[in-house]
Amino acid sequence: MKLSDKAEEILESMWIAIEEEGKGFVDLEDVGVTVDDEALKELIGHAFVELKGERIHFRPEGRVEGEKTIRRHRLAERLMMDVLNIRGDSAEIKACQFEHLLNEGVDTKVCTMLNHPTTCPHGKRIPPGECCEEARRSGDLGVVPLTELRAGEEGEIAYIQTEDSKKMQKLMAMGVLPGNRINLTQSFPSYIFRVGFSEFAIDTAMAKEIFVRK
Amino acid sequence: MDVFKKKNSCHSSANGSTGAARKVALVGNPNVGKSVLFNALTGAYVTVSNYPGTSVEVSRGSATIDGGEYEIIDTPGMYSLLPITEEERVAREILLNESPDVVLHVLDARNLERMLTMTLQLIDAQLPVILVVNIMDEAERMGLSIDLELLREKLGIPVIGAATAKKRGLDEIRRAIASYRKGSHAVFGYSRRLEADIDSVASLIRGEYPLAKKSLALLLLQRDEEVTALVEQREGEGFPQIRERVKEKSFERRESFHLDLSMERKGIVKGLLDGVFNLPDKRVVTASERLSRLAVRPATGVPLLLVVLYFGLYKFVGDFGAGTLVDFLEGKLFEEMFNPWISGVVKGVVPWVAIQELFVGEYGVLTLGLRYAVGIILPIVATFFLFFSILEDSGYFPRLALLVDRIFKKIGLTGRAVIPMVLGFGCDTMATMVTRTLETVRERVLATLLLALAIPCSAQLGVILSLLSRAPGALLVWSLCLLLIFLVVGFAAARLVPGETPMFYMELPPMRLPQLSNVFTKTYTRMQWYFMEILPLFILASVLLWIGKLTNFFETAVETMSPAMAAIGLPKEVAVAFIFGFFRRDYGAAGLYDLQTNGLLDPRQLTVAAVTLTLFIPCVAQFLVMKKERGWRVAIMIGLFVSLLAFASGWLLNQFLLVTGIL
Repeated sequence: MKLSDKAEEILESMWIAIEEEGKGFVDLEDVGVTVDDEALKELIGHAFVELKGERIHFRPEGRVEGEKTIRRHRLAERLMMDVLNIRGDSAEIKACQFEHLLNEGVDTKVCTMLNHPTTCPHGKRIPPGECCEEARRSGDLGVVPLTELRAGEEGEIAYIQTEDSKKMQKLMAMGVLPGNRINLTQSFPSYIFRVGFSEFAIDTAMAKEIFVRK
Repeated sequence: MDVFKKKNSCHSSANGSTGAARKVALVGNPNVGKSVLFNALTGAYVTVSNYPGTSVEVSRGSATIDGGEYEIIDTPGMYSLLPITEEERVAREILLNESPDVVLHVLDARNLERMLTMTLQLIDAQLPVILVVNIMDEAERMGLSIDLELLREKLGIPVIGAATAKKRGLDEIRRAIASYRKGSHAVFGYSRRLEADIDSVASLIRGEYPLAKKSLALLLLQRDEEVTALVEQREGEGFPQIRERVKEKSFERRESFHLDLSMERKGIVKGLLDGVFNLPDKRVVTASERLSRLAVRPATGVPLLLVVLYFGLYKFVGDFGAGTLVDFLEGKLFEEMFNPWISGVVKGVVPWVAIQELFVGEYGVLTLGLRYAVGIILPIVATFFLFFSILEDSGYFPRLALLVDRIFKKIGLTGRAVIPMVLGFGCDTMATMVTRTLETVRERVLATLLLALAIPCSAQLGVILSLLSRAPGALLVWSLCLLLIFLVVGFAAARLVPGETPMFYMELPPMRLPQLSNVFTKTYTRMQWYFMEILPLFILASVLLWIGKLTNFFETAVETMSPAMAAIGLPKEVAVAFIFGFFRRDYGAAGLYDLQTNGLLDPRQLTVAAVTLTLFIPCVAQFLVMKKERGWRVAIMIGLFVSLLAFASGWLLNQFLLVTGIL
């Protein structure tokens, strides 16, 4: 089952209005459709929504589907911003196009890659998926910057993200290499960590560039 | 002689070295005990000099091993054959240009895994490497076991376990140097793709180089500028083709060439260490680690810093150096014995009063210049450098750096700058030179400014401490003033000077008990440099003052400056101290000392004079170094700014003290 793009957008608008803004229903004109709209018919056909006069109501299945749709939309937004570094209006437009590709399976992969984000770039909540619940249950924090470790915690260096290649070389020469174990011994006033039997001190800006898998 | 026809030393005759002494270069990461090994191998004849065109110091010494003459070179610390810092560049220059007969790679046994990557690079380059696995004692204490025999077999080069600080392994190292014959060594294979890339570049290289072609190709692919220039010069017409090939290959691998290479080397090292390096089941926490933890936690680190400053600076340098020693040398030796005696001698030999004055008069070269230099400045500076060298060798500075990094960021510096700043309390001139080690030009300018303005050098500090300690409260006012000006000016400058503050990263070497012989060598070298630097200036100052006195220029200058002195509430005689101060700040402070002894200053005037003089224009030597390091424009701007601010602060402080009547 694959809904049309327009049907997905109607579900999204409904979900925001009903779940987040606390309304009981939406009017046809709120979502900009008429009674004989194809997308609306599609939704009614799947028994996701009911039409009562001018008002559209969720059916339980529709509510679940709406949540999944909004989740895909907000994940797409994060992907645009965090990974592809596209911002502003064009990010929004691209996200709207992109979300429809995040079907079953792909959203889980994107969500895991983004380390199960809980909010979209505009600060709205991303409804958690099964992968998020799973990650929380297993206590897997995924890949986090060194700044997220508490003093005394250990992890494995996943990657270094810096635009300064000299600094990257220096770090690598000092043994900060993907795959090595890293042990954070202190986080204030500077970050102190140990790799092997060597200790290093770095500032916050630098600690943000070392990503660690717990 | 046939020796030079031997295949492997074909390039050692090329640089026209004297031929007789074979060269041994010590290379390795910082803090692995290279200098200790260097001191152990060499005798008393050591020269420390800046590598041509740089401010990086390189020590050279000679040694007789098994009847043969050797020149031992202690290179600056390097992490990799691909240099990033100036120190690393110099270390590699030595390997490239001086073609050592033996390269001793010294590394820390505990960090074998990390440091062995450089051994790989040296072997790749087909340099004559002997591996010294140092600090074995500490490694054993931590429960590490290392199978050196197996490592030797795998690497195919001599491998020696040592603990140079405990004199362990020295004889074996000497034997290995004496019996070194370049033979076969292991060859490490990279992945097929990398080998193909290396080959495609290496096969184009035709000339003779001190490094193997494989290694050159790797450095070219890593976009090493110096090696590129070297290859361009040697290859001539063939170079454009090499350049194109390198460009093509590095574009293909633009995503992550450095990382890929590091990961491959890491893989090779892992293979080498399999069965060689065995970790203990449980991590042993040593006493040095516990001390280190005390030094880096703010709750214990700050009190520890205060204790270090109190006992090290105040008690040892201040009380003992500037008090006891100065009293003895200046008071007893010069005032009571040397000066009366030399005055008698000179007056007996030289009949002309003017010439007598030049040597033994009020500003005499011997009675004033030498007395200041040897009697007052020498003991203070000596105790300071001793204190500084002990701290340096104990591994305390990197810990101090991380502790102050956050605060230093506010004044546009990183924690790294704490080393020149502390050194500034010894000698601002030397510290200004050391600002070169800071990463960005902006940071260097800011550090130079703060050194010129608010960091009093040990000589000046010693004199001022002993001056002000006689007036209760004055010392406190003086310190608070300087601290305030340091922070305010730093804060403002950080906002006004364009540019960004660089990131801070530093290796923390293990804390250890400094080796006395090493500390003394360092102190001695610094003292020597300092003395050579200041003695001529002191003598020059004496001569100029003498001329000034003869020609009355001096009195005119004092008269000219008296309105400025009056404005900040000081008697005009203080102008003398300021004119002295231009030659050396401590010289000026010493001048204040004389004024106060004669009872010409009350506590308020003393404090104002001390603050103004501390802030005042740096000594001639520091000014010259500022010019050399930062250029005329920056040096003059800093000089003008500092002078104006000094008088402005003096004026403000005087008004403040008059109104509040604190002193």
